[in-house]
Amino acid sequence: MAEFRSQFLQQGVDGRVQGRPCSCDIKQVGCRGFCARDLLVDVEVDGRTHTYQKVKKTYVKRIVQDHILLGEPVASWLVGDDYAQFHDQQEKILLAECGTVDPEDIDSYIEYHGYEGARKALGGMKPEEVIDEVTRSVLRGRGGGGFPAGRKWTSTRRAAGEPKYVICNADEGDPGAFMDRALLEGTPHAVIEGMLIGAYAVGSCEGFIYVRAEYTLAVERFQTALDQAYEHGFLGKDILGSGFDFDLSIRLGAGAFVCGEASALCMSIMDRIGTPWPKPPRLAEKGLWGKPTNVNNVETWANVPKIIRHGAEWFASIGTPKSTGTKIFSLVGKINNTGLVEVPMGISLRTIIEDIGGGIPKGKKFKAVQTGGPSGGCIPAEHLDSPVDFETLEELGSIMGSGGMVVMDEDTCMVDVAKYFVTFCRDESCGQCTPCRDGTAQMVQLLEDICEGRGTPEHITKLEQLSELATLGSLCGLGKAAANPVLSTLRFFRDEYDAHVNDKRCPGGVCKALHTLHINADLCTGCRVCAVACPVEAITGEKKQPHVIDNEICTRCGSCYDVCRFDAIYKE
Amino acid sequence: MSETTTGFDTGGIDTILARYDGFEGHLIGILHEVQKLYNYLPREALERVSEQTGFTLERLYSIATFYNFFSLEPRGKHVIRVCTGTACHVKGAPRVLQEIEERLEISSDETTPDGQFSIEHVHCVGTCSLAPVVVVDQDTHSHVKPSKVRALLKNYEDKG
Repeated sequence: MAEFRSQFLQQGVDGRVQGRPCSCDIKQVGCRGFCARDLLVDVEVDGRTHTYQKVKKTYVKRIVQDHILLGEPVASWLVGDDYAQFHDQQEKILLAECGTVDPEDIDSYIEYHGYEGARKALGGMKPEEVIDEVTRSVLRGRGGGGFPAGRKWTSTRRAAGEPKYVICNADEGDPGAFMDRALLEGTPHAVIEGMLIGAYAVGSCEGFIYVRAEYTLAVERFQTALDQAYEHGFLGKDILGSGFDFDLSIRLGAGAFVCGEASALCMSIMDRIGTPWPKPPRLAEKGLWGKPTNVNNVETWANVPKIIRHGAEWFASIGTPKSTGTKIFSLVGKINNTGLVEVPMGISLRTIIEDIGGGIPKGKKFKAVQTGGPSGGCIPAEHLDSPVDFETLEELGSIMGSGGMVVMDEDTCMVDVAKYFVTFCRDESCGQCTPCRDGTAQMVQLLEDICEGRGTPEHITKLEQLSELATLGSLCGLGKAAANPVLSTLRFFRDEYDAHVNDKRCPGGVCKALHTLHINADLCTGCRVCAVACPVEAITGEKKQPHVIDNEICTRCGSCYDVCRFDAIYKE
Repeated sequence: MSETTTGFDTGGIDTILARYDGFEGHLIGILHEVQKLYNYLPREALERVSEQTGFTLERLYSIATFYNFFSLEPRGKHVIRVCTGTACHVKGAPRVLQEIEERLEISSDETTPDGQFSIEHVHCVGTCSLAPVVVVDQDTHSHVKPSKVRALLKNYEDKG
């Protein structure tokens, strides 16, 4: 992991400069998003900055000697044109300081206008004015719901009951999404500042950040940030001399996806299992311990300081009229430039995937992009020019969700993808609603039958029926949206379902029972790389002679397909 | 040192609980700390927590069985978490998990008879650019292929 490797790097640079005096300031900074080129290191000498990529510990000595001491950057280790390609069309607001601010140093954050939004809000604005600013910015929840933040804050402020609570939902359970993790690790004070402003606006004196337990570094860094915020008077009593008190602390999750649902999250903080409760009343009126509670996502909170500093009009001028601002997406899967991208709402999927993302590796063909996590859907190539905003993604049968964007290519089976997501929902269902608990279990069974060659057209009919049942009969978003991946793949990839059911064939070459692997003797050079990679010794042949796969022994693990450098292995 | 009638040492639990100024809203945090101490949640530990905090044993068991993170069975010395998030899935995580299960001759959520390894599958650790990801103890292994599994396991077998 980049953070750990950067620690080694600092030890490597400190003091080892061959006896020559060297004034060297080493800073650790947050993730700037281009994970595919990790470890990234900026070296600034006499005001000129060069960026190194994929830095190893063994590079350090030469970078110090050649670049820092002799002024000659090591050209072959610098970032290439794809670095600019990755960043040029992004618009960094949330991630702007990641790459410059040290997340473990509050002074570093303050140096870059940190806590100026809080000073402005607490120093001279009424709470209602703060809410008005957020409302006019049209900031919508970034956790998946897309609910207008200003409206939620208004409801919380107006609700009767004390004390009021503000909560940061940092459960980030959507598989494939890690933008919240990057914000917590890279710019934790932005989240604290946002929550401070929000707490002031709604009239809350106590807040919690509920972080999933898997995010150990995020928890550590956020705790450090909290301690520093208290020391500097940005949390605690009489903050910035305003008379406003606010306490903020961490609560850990424990591996339950459903606790990303706001009421289940509250249950978890209240020492209970994460079973959502019916709404209305909304949490803004009756949430944690029955009191008015404002729950927002990490990214939503992190947007607030700059909205207050620069104004609602500034924020609303970015993106589209109904989907303002930027959104961070985690661009992962079968894509060259994996990482986090922050773009204005309304940018096209094609720009994200082909331009910023650099397209599909190994010359493979794009098949679909999955957005919105387990509640989302798969969008095929014919819709790549669609703008990314809340409404358009819904029209395409998907959702924005928290921002996960998983790219899939020709080697992905869309039925397997549907099975994957429904299995996930089945495993993560809290169990209290029969249509969700048993509905997802039944859907998984049907999809397994289809993927293992036992599918019939009736399976597809039953899938559609169960999808409707789960959607109508479930209490919370997990159950209501569990069928989305099925409905979405049926809508756009019906031919794959038909191939599985009618032809007993898996077009993506994934379902083990429905494809076999073969070697094209005309392309095979007999290099034996596949034979070595095969875990069950199913490949035989003489060196430099075409090899053969014994499909009686082959387990269809795909290792040979992955390692062949001559495209000699094919699936059918 | 505090002990129960069976001789189970609960001193560590009392030390953990002494740090809390009231227990409401802290149960999951407490159980995380207790599990870190024993590598799982023994019954005696839960009984002590119940005794000292006032939460019923039923509540503690409901939490321990609902949340994925907690284990009521002893876990291996090395806990292997194979990420099965979407990015890892499309990049071959099921094959990696299968390879690990076959080599260790146990299934997910089981522990080897010698107590060395446990396999847990986790839905997403949030390091999707490194897919497929396998976390062993505190180490994150990236771009793991089935062919790399043997060497990965050997590394921990050698450590002991």
